[in-house]
Amino acid sequence: MSNLLFGYLGSAILVFSMLVVTSKNPIHSVLWMILMFFHLASLYLGLGAEFLAAIQIIVYAGAIMVLFLFVIFVLNIKEEMKGERFSAGWPIGLTLAAGLFLLTLIMTDTMLIGRKGTVTAEVLARETHTKAMGKLLYTDYILPFEVASLILLVAIVGAIVLAKKKLD
Amino acid sequence: MVTLQWYIWLSLGMFMIGIFGFLTRRNIVMMFLSIELMLNGVNLSLVSFSSFLEDLRGHILTFFIIAVAAAEAAIGLAILITVFRNRATVQIEEIKEMKG
Repeated sequence: MSNLLFGYLGSAILVFSMLVVTSKNPIHSVLWMILMFFHLASLYLGLGAEFLAAIQIIVYAGAIMVLFLFVIFVLNIKEEMKGERFSAGWPIGLTLAAGLFLLTLIMTDTMLIGRKGTVTAEVLARETHTKAMGKLLYTDYILPFEVASLILLVAIVGAIVLAKKKLD
Repeated sequence: MVTLQWYIWLSLGMFMIGIFGFLTRRNIVMMFLSIELMLNGVNLSLVSFSSFLEDLRGHILTFFIIAVAAAEAAIGLAILITVFRNRATVQIEEIKEMKG
């Protein structure tokens, strides 16, 4: 990936993230978030992760963010937008986040890169990212895969039980 | 040439913006969105580490994180709807029965 493209995608992601956190209307925040997800998916494409770029758009932008939009439409948005956006102690939160950011930024200088694996760019070009990931998911990671499906089932049942009106 | 560090700095920036939003916003919906932002920052660092180390295990972990994020969003928003139905507000400062 060229420096120019990374510069554009990275700065766009940071600006959109800031807009998500600071905009007054939650609907605007969700829409900025969706735009940010598209840029993040392009970054994944540049890293050679086509399958993840696809599910980033399909699952995150397509499913999770639409769920957020539906819930915001259920809430009384006019009433919620009155009053302050940030809580009274926001300088403390800003200081904490900025301090943690600087600390970890300094620590990345001492980062050591481990031994490289076997899935080089040539291997990925030969058998595509999706196939390579599928092979790994259905062999070494079959148990976590099944557990993930169980988690999703529990989440669906739990969400319905929590959100449905009491019948009395 | 884009190095691994640039990706890590970008993911750090996303994560910290998420932390800032989670700590300071008063609306519970916005706190959930900040959590999603933090999860995406971690996902970016996992994918970039994995790609630069030529190993697919980070990508697998990212896949599972996206699945768990979907489950978390569904449950969290269901709880949010229940709170709104009972209290008619989603401001975090109005909900303080447990005095935590």
